[in-house]
Amino acid sequence: MIAFFGYLGGRLGRGLAVIVGVLVLSFLLVRLAPGDPAMLMAGEAGTDDVQYVAKLRHDMGLDQPLAQQLLTWLGQAARLDLGYSYRNQASVWSLIAERLPATLLLMGSGFVLSSLIGVAMGVLAARSQRRRGYLDRLISHTALVLYAMPSFWLALLLILLFSVLLDWLPAFGMASVDTDLHGWALFHDYASHLLLPALSLSFMFLALYVQLTRSAVLEAMGQEYVRTATAKGLKPARILYDHVLRNAFLPVVTFAGMQLGQLASGMLLIEVVYAWPGIGRLLYDALSQRDYPLLLGIFLVISVLVVALNILTDLICRWLDPRISSGS
Amino acid sequence: MSQAESLPSPSVLRRFLGQRSAVVGAVFLLLLTLLAIAAPWLGIDSPWSMTSKPLLPPFADNGHWLGSDMLGRDIGSGLLYGARMSLAVGALSTLATLVLGLIIGGLAGYAGGWVDEALMRLAEFFQIIPQLVLAVILVAVLEPSLGSVVIGIALVAWPPVARLVRSEFLSLRQREFVQAAQVLGQKPLAIIFTQILPNALSPLLVTMSFIMGTAILTEAALAFLGLGDPEAMSWGYMINASRNMLRQAWWMSLLPGLAIMLCVLAVNRIGEGLRVAFEPPGRPGGRP
Repeated sequence: MIAFFGYLGGRLGRGLAVIVGVLVLSFLLVRLAPGDPAMLMAGEAGTDDVQYVAKLRHDMGLDQPLAQQLLTWLGQAARLDLGYSYRNQASVWSLIAERLPATLLLMGSGFVLSSLIGVAMGVLAARSQRRRGYLDRLISHTALVLYAMPSFWLALLLILLFSVLLDWLPAFGMASVDTDLHGWALFHDYASHLLLPALSLSFMFLALYVQLTRSAVLEAMGQEYVRTATAKGLKPARILYDHVLRNAFLPVVTFAGMQLGQLASGMLLIEVVYAWPGIGRLLYDALSQRDYPLLLGIFLVISVLVVALNILTDLICRWLDPRISSGS
Repeated sequence: MSQAESLPSPSVLRRFLGQRSAVVGAVFLLLLTLLAIAAPWLGIDSPWSMTSKPLLPPFADNGHWLGSDMLGRDIGSGLLYGARMSLAVGALSTLATLVLGLIIGGLAGYAGGWVDEALMRLAEFFQIIPQLVLAVILVAVLEPSLGSVVIGIALVAWPPVARLVRSEFLSLRQREFVQAAQVLGQKPLAIIFTQILPNALSPLLVTMSFIMGTAILTEAALAFLGLGDPEAMSWGYMINASRNMLRQAWWMSLLPGLAIMLCVLAVNRIGEGLRVAFEPPGRPGGRP
């Protein structure tokens, strides 16, 4: 137990280091830009008003030494003071907090869907590889093609198929407007809006997880304990679930943890395509308005999300594989 | 792995040519590159000029085989000119990634100790953070252009190259010919380029081709978000422009995406072909 808390502490410390790194990087990015950071941060909303810009310079501490500015910036971030979006006339944190639940829902669904479908398809491929191999080839080739597709294009194709052609699912937004839904109908409305975006997001990683699972399962099937279990007369399905899957999940979860940054990047594009009201969509709007305080705030919050989920997947790995915790 | 084996040799070429998908990919990419370079001299319309009726479907008009968009701009011309952007960004950012990865990885492997530790932590950092978001902000801050897009992509793509160079460095450092070069007083950079690099060539080539695939996808994503070079037509821009026309003009979104996919698929197949070709004979190669 003590070892666990020691581990958790170290892991949180490393996560914190990444966050501080992101903050320093943001700080440098703004100063890298050509021109005056105050003018940049004020953006298109910023006027030529000399007094206004001078006040902004003072507010941003631009009249102080660089090291002092960095410390101030870190201190503000620690208090969730991410600055002010002059374009939206609101604090950056309030704008992001409002959009956070939608993003978490989408990212979580994409994460779960891609791991589940990926593992299932990988197991199917591995099992068929031992017999005829058609399914294995089909799944492997599909994975290759999926891996080469731009995620935002795949999302558009899904809209073309399921919304335009078949008219089965809504193409845009998170819920129907102007409707008074309750209970099951409300859930159904949200779910039907979520399905396409979550699928699009998961497809990006499906390809990777299928390959990983396939090779992990093939490897596990060749292990001594599986042969022992077979010799004991256990049914193949039983062996698959009790012995093979636990071991096959491990590399997938480990890898999924490493790919979280990619998942967040994909989420950004998917939200733009589906007009999903999350922080990805917010970033797209901030981009077209060159709203830098908001852009940097979103960069920070997405990074925190990624780091937090990263720690979570690490914990899941320890739970799946007791060797990790009892070992080092 | 001896020096002779790791360098491209006739047998490597033969093994590469023995793989159909890699050869098809290479031929496709070669043709596309030639067409893209020749685009201004092929006598086709500029991708920006409105040359036909708007929303012309594919094969409806002899002059505009692939149809037109809502402004009557020719899709085929857009695809061809878009290829220039995708391939240029793909090649240049792969090169920039290689240089950055070589310097950082070489430095880490050569210096060892705390420098190595710090640089590898830096690599880890850039792999953890949401890379596209960083690239997006960097390109926005620097203003979209070919240069800023290349810098943005290279800044987030270098860690795998650096890791690879570092590990090759660590394993090669022990070898006689590198130690001989050190004894002879060659400078670190000279050693990296004359001793280590030629020997790490085969894994580097494989990694570079996969990085080029990712770079093409990232360029498309940036252009889709409105961060492409405003002077140049690109596939990502075309897909973004098609978003609101899904119901009226499916071809506007379908064709540019298909072009991106085929391009990335070709590059990835070449990478896979190289990987198998470089593998010492006797070891089983083949699909992943």
